[in-house]
Amino acid sequence: MGAYVIRRLLYGVGVVLGVLFLLFILFFTVTKPDDIARRALGEKAPPEVIEQWKVNHGYDRDLWPWQDWNDNLLFDHYRRMLTFDFGLSDADDSPIMDRIKAGMGPSLALTVPLLVFGLLLAIPLSLLVAFFRETYIDRMGVFLCVLAMSVSMLLYIIGAQFLIGKILRWYPISGFDPSLLMLPRFLAMPIMVGLIGGVGGDVRFYRTVFLEESSRDFVRTARAKGASESRIMTRHILRNALIPILTNVVLAIPFLFTGALLLEAFFGIPGLGSITVDAIAANDFSTLRTMVFIGSLLLIVGQIVTDLCYGLVDPRVRLE
Amino acid sequence: MMGLEAHVFSNAVTVVLLVGAGVLVAVVRRQRLWREAAHQLWDRRKLAIIVVGLYLGVALLDSIAWKGGIPEDVLDVLPNAPLTLIDRIFLGTKEASYSAPFADVEFYGAAPLRQPGSHLLGTDILGRDVFYLALKGARVALLIGGLTSLIAIPLALLFGVGAGYFGGRFDDFVFFLISTLASMPGLLLLIALIMAMGRDTLSVCVALGVTSWVGFCRLSRAETLKLRELDFVSAARALGVPEIRIVIRHILPNLAHLIVITFVLMFSGLVLSEVVLSWLGIGVDGSWGQMIDGARNELSREPVIWWNIAAAGSALFVLILAVNIVGDGIRDVLDPRMQKGSP
Repeated sequence: MGAYVIRRLLYGVGVVLGVLFLLFILFFTVTKPDDIARRALGEKAPPEVIEQWKVNHGYDRDLWPWQDWNDNLLFDHYRRMLTFDFGLSDADDSPIMDRIKAGMGPSLALTVPLLVFGLLLAIPLSLLVAFFRETYIDRMGVFLCVLAMSVSMLLYIIGAQFLIGKILRWYPISGFDPSLLMLPRFLAMPIMVGLIGGVGGDVRFYRTVFLEESSRDFVRTARAKGASESRIMTRHILRNALIPILTNVVLAIPFLFTGALLLEAFFGIPGLGSITVDAIAANDFSTLRTMVFIGSLLLIVGQIVTDLCYGLVDPRVRLE
Repeated sequence: MMGLEAHVFSNAVTVVLLVGAGVLVAVVRRQRLWREAAHQLWDRRKLAIIVVGLYLGVALLDSIAWKGGIPEDVLDVLPNAPLTLIDRIFLGTKEASYSAPFADVEFYGAAPLRQPGSHLLGTDILGRDVFYLALKGARVALLIGGLTSLIAIPLALLFGVGAGYFGGRFDDFVFFLISTLASMPGLLLLIALIMAMGRDTLSVCVALGVTSWVGFCRLSRAETLKLRELDFVSAARALGVPEIRIVIRHILPNLAHLIVITFVLMFSGLVLSEVVLSWLGIGVDGSWGQMIDGARNELSREPVIWWNIAAAGSALFVLILAVNIVGDGIRDVLDPRMQKGSP
């Protein structure tokens, strides 16, 4: 197990370095620092202003380490990202780290309830559909899932804002208030929309997981022993299906931090998703690459944790 | 492509696609497995297939363009602009401002419409017929889904089959590449790619392709690893068949069902991604995503301008739903794991 852990961790480090290299290619070579400066300052900015801006933002160096081993953008990019020294925003010169710290709370306030309620909604529904497999109810359920999956998230959001916010006036159309008393008022609608938008795909996925388990030998044995169908469903199928469900949940955790891009932007929640959307609108490349890096880092950690858990449970994984 | 005009190129592509589809049909009819699968699919999912066919037809009509033949009294198009068949049907129907479906007055301006009652779905703020715009969106959507799949699937096959069949260093490299791309959140990577490469249609398709080939690459690699060990491949190798020929004649045909399933399931995801990109301001011109994004704020007008967003939204929804249903059907028919008896 020890060797497996070390191997997996080293591979994770390699992937992080790979992600950083890809980001370097995208944000330094495809889009050159001069382009970034010009997009931030305008097309007609005089050359000396651009040079000064590049100095302020640390772009005034060679791209590759061929000329100067210690002073180049590639190594600087690695060093800064790996030490979480993200520097200044390309658009308004504010420190990126401060914005991330400020955005973390609102993002989590939206995404954690979304994940929890999503599971509480999707698992019972998919158990129900799997229980009635190959009947009218099952086919109807799957069709409803496909129906729900076929609507763009954008339409769900606009529809909800129009119907609930404007016509019925149950909840404010958008906005955010961090006080505990007001928070539910502002979060109710985004959470509802997020649940409706996500439940179709989730139910379909969990249904497949449950059906896969229900064709196993131990289920047939349990049925032969005379266990009741509901007992088989909860005791034998749900229990064994927990592993793939858990994988799905662990892999969803990184996205809790990067926030729900659409929901946050539309409902005016000042989380990390909103920061990303603002960065796109403002051509803010440094913030954007930081957000991509943080998202990737969390996802890699999530993948390693899942793999290690698998290794702990299943000895075959360790040997591969 | 220098010197070649865009509409000539589009016509040529249309012809190539039609010929390609003809060849595909001929191949499907020749082989028993595919013929039976096609029959089964048609029996199960008639309506959805017809709907997808309608969208394809509209997109094809909108792809064939030629110059000239514009009546003198039409002022809102350039006299030498290439127009498609769909453009020609709706020629001269532009009004001055909003009109509700089938209405005979303009909304912001008391002047009566030039063509009262003929705007099936009303007009938008610029007076363009909404039905016309919704029809135009079909070509863009199919282009996004189709072009991107044509980029992503061959790429995934090249790397996946190559890595799975030849193994060794190449496999290590491909696996590392896949893990790296798979560990970046999809939408963020997509946005990063488009921001870096620019915002035209082709780079949006390339970016969508780059972010969506990973899953299929992993699948085709795993499947090739399995196929490589089977007896018929060993037999071919023992008979001295060259490696390339083994890959083309013995491996690829056994991946064909996966290619078809992936293509259809990928398609709807791609079109839905484009809607989000449109809203972020980095989408493709003329898509339903841009229509939805443009019509978003018109819901807050008084009276409410709802038909714009409703038309784009339903056109999108119906296409995605039909494609999803056909995709599910194809998976049921082709995927051996989905056969009767098992889920």
